Amino acid sequence: MSPRPGFVLEVDRSTPPTLFWHGEGFRFERLPEGSRVVYPPEPLPGLTDADAAVRHALEHPVGDSAPLSALLKPGMRLTIAFDDVSLPLPPMRRPDMRQRVIEAVLDAAAAAGVDDVVLIAALALHRRMTDDELRHALGDRVFDAFAPHGLLVQHDAEDPAALVHLGLTEEGEDVEINRRAAESDLLVYVNINLSAMDGGHKSVATGLASYRSLKHHHNVRTLQHSRSLMDRHHSELHTSNWRMGRLLRNAGVKIFQIETTLNLDMFPSQFAFLQKREWEWSLADRAGFHSTRLALERTPPRLARQIFQSMRSPYAPTSVQAGEVEAVHDVTLENLFRQQLVPVEGQTDILTMGLPYLCPYNVNSVMNPILVACLGLGYFFNLYRGRPLVREGGVCIISHPTPWAFNPVHHPSYIDFFEQVLAETTDLVEIEKRYEQQFATDPWYIHLYRTSYAYHGVHPLYMWYWCAHALDYLGGVIIVGGDRAAVRRMGFKPASTLADALEMAEDVVGRSPSITHLHAPPLLVADVS
Amino acid sequence: MRALLVERLPHRFAAARVAAVVAGSGSGIGIGPLRLGEIEPPELPGPRWHRVTPLLSGICGSDLATLDAKSSRYFEDIVTFPFVPGHEIVGVVRDGPQADRRVVVEPVLSCTVRGIEPPCPSCADGRTGVCERIAFGDIRPGLQTGYCADTGGGWSDELVAHEAQLHLVPDEMSDEAAVMVEPAACATHAALAGQVVPGERVVVLGSGTLGLCTIAALRRHALPSALLVVAKYRVQRHFAAELGADDVVAPSELGRGVRRMTGTLALASASGAIERLAGGADVVYDCVGSARSISEALAVVRPGGRIVLVGMPGVVRVDLAPLWQREVALVGAYAYGTESVPEGSRRTFALAFELVEAAGLERLVSAHYPLDRYEEAVRHAADAGRRGSVKVVFDLRRDDPAWRRAAAPAARKRRRPRDDKELETSA
Repeated sequence: MSPRPGFVLEVDRSTPPTLFWHGEGFRFERLPEGSRVVYPPEPLPGLTDADAAVRHALEHPVGDSAPLSALLKPGMRLTIAFDDVSLPLPPMRRPDMRQRVIEAVLDAAAAAGVDDVVLIAALALHRRMTDDELRHALGDRVFDAFAPHGLLVQHDAEDPAALVHLGLTEEGEDVEINRRAAESDLLVYVNINLSAMDGGHKSVATGLASYRSLKHHHNVRTLQHSRSLMDRHHSELHTSNWRMGRLLRNAGVKIFQIETTLNLDMFPSQFAFLQKREWEWSLADRAGFHSTRLALERTPPRLARQIFQSMRSPYAPTSVQAGEVEAVHDVTLENLFRQQLVPVEGQTDILTMGLPYLCPYNVNSVMNPILVACLGLGYFFNLYRGRPLVREGGVCIISHPTPWAFNPVHHPSYIDFFEQVLAETTDLVEIEKRYEQQFATDPWYIHLYRTSYAYHGVHPLYMWYWCAHALDYLGGVIIVGGDRAAVRRMGFKPASTLADALEMAEDVVGRSPSITHLHAPPLLVADVS
Repeated sequence: MRALLVERLPHRFAAARVAAVVAGSGSGIGIGPLRLGEIEPPELPGPRWHRVTPLLSGICGSDLATLDAKSSRYFEDIVTFPFVPGHEIVGVVRDGPQADRRVVVEPVLSCTVRGIEPPCPSCADGRTGVCERIAFGDIRPGLQTGYCADTGGGWSDELVAHEAQLHLVPDEMSDEAAVMVEPAACATHAALAGQVVPGERVVVLGSGTLGLCTIAALRRHALPSALLVVAKYRVQRHFAAELGADDVVAPSELGRGVRRMTGTLALASASGAIERLAGGADVVYDCVGSARSISEALAVVRPGGRIVLVGMPGVVRVDLAPLWQREVALVGAYAYGTESVPEGSRRTFALAFELVEAAGLERLVSAHYPLDRYEEAVRHAADAGRRGSVKVVFDLRRDDPAWRRAAAPAARKRRRPRDDKELETSA
């Protein structure tokens, strides 16, 4: 039986309660009759032979590109950059797709006699990956062959000697990227494309860039005009990255892009109920859910977090394409949307969503309040093509515990941002104007970014900017079950229950509002007509 | 007359200390050295002395330290028992040319007050707070009114004060504002003692009365580019921000807050907790005076920076290695005298009157108590922050007809408490 597409359910009297993610736990909520629930499609079948698909893609590139083997020459400088720990989510079971692809690229390089090869984790301003995380992403063979010799490096956006400025785009945007990558004879970029936001020119122009370059598209204006981040043709962020990518190409940076898509098989068998629609839960699913929920209620939050963070996803690859950046990305988007797109008719007054324990920036860490806002308003709100799921002036209701908690190793500048900046103002433009330079140039944050496992000092501001479109557009944001002080600090309204939140939302959108619940993850992109 | 009296009763001091250590400051008030009694009014020590009837008299941190028996033994030779505490005083002069006028008493008992001629070098230089003759002259030893057996103190129906100690209160100034002049003078002196250069980054540790007044004084007399304040309680955070703090942090956030303010590097533990700053603040005002606060000041001041001890310290155990290695200056700031300000040399009390008015410091007076409820008053003062209060005062106005005449203009401006219950409404 072929997998079923996404589905929009209209809640009626017989509809069972709806599962809401709630951090390291769940809530079971009964939505008012007439509400809609947008369910993701079922997972597409994976490639039958992923390794063969990789080899095929390398030798049958799309767009204006020769096969990889034809680009590899003895004596050349080859750099392989790859997506960092922020992808995929949850981390996938071994072998990770990066391992499959990089092993194939290295086999081809070895066959061609290429011996100057360096691997670079494309961190941008994210934290450095630990050895365990690198080993998981690349596999033991690659890690052991490169890391001990200093040939597996992590991009350092604050090392002037390791950066090169290649010019300005026609819009005056600095393009400054990793020197080794720019000056190699061939740069192979290995993507895992879990969402439509990633890949294309964004891979190199963002993943290997410096703050000087990133600030041109990671800013309030650009993000207010990225509608949505999943729709690159209507996203200023992507338009800027595309300009930069074309400048890279014109500057002579030779990129061989490899993009891979995954299906929506996100959760292991013990969490199978997360992949299903509630009314289709089997007895085993119901037992699994209730026992999980009961166990989580009795588990200390830190332990619950460890349990969830150790989850490895059984993702299967659905496509691999390689070659010229833009042509590759077009194919990738087709494959992604084939899996994730769900047609939805019309907008809603109130959009509800349950946020899980994980976002791209808290792998092996706590999801702090800023990341809750970013995941809800930056990512989930943007899971649309066409029009947002919620109407302009509507209300977004988010379910998440939103603890006033931070990981001081991963997120040191987040603590200061939350305690100093958000205590004074939540206004995006004012924050950008008054605080961005301070956070971006603080020597301690730079030191921790370069030597420890800290996100760059400016990163919390970027996460706040990520909410720009939603904050500009929505009439209100309510967080259910969150730490009230933390919620208020961000300028949102706390509610104890969904019923309370819906009542509060009516003050903004009026009586008898339409309600739509985004039943994710697994991820979906709503194609709103 | 009625007076609260501290007597030299070692067993009661010991009991108060044990109670304070076990159950917290102020808890030994019932078994300590303070008692309410009827005593003879103090004799006038000389012709330039006058009788003063207190209207309001504040309870200060140093008073609490005395009642908790936590004060340093250093003070033993410069106080005389039995003494009536209370050195934050607004009262009415009962005799002489200023009879019936309201005054604030400047409590320092300097050479002039003691009838010593010529004055000591410190007094001659205007630095009366560090008078070298506080155990000599016409009256017995005592560093201030409120610690000298011959002068009495504010926690009573009457005291005596030398004319050099009296500062007339403007008619438009309320009693509550006037009672804040003495702590404001301490804060003004401390703020200036830090010699903050415009653009320097400053930290104030502690947001009790003295800390809050220091914030106000720094904003008036210095131009720090950034002023970070540590405040423990909600009321303190509120007033700290209102009086001019740029950033108010909880005690546990001090290191992170100063690092953020200065942009300095820091040494952190494996868990990410900040353990030591590489640089730090230019000047740190310690308005607590405990071993912990002095250690914290040393941890957040920059190399070559200055720490001003504003709160009264006692015997403390502090690691001075950072003071030595980072060449930090530790400066004491006690009382008041004469200050050098851009417009010239001025008495600290004159500056303090202006500060109280300009910063509206009367709002820090949170609770009034009659003398006979002194145990509650002291407990309240010792627990002020947690109870949402700042300055607790004794209110001695109720039975004083002279006050009604003298303070009529100011009295009309504010509501006068009528009974004990009402007196405590803000408590």
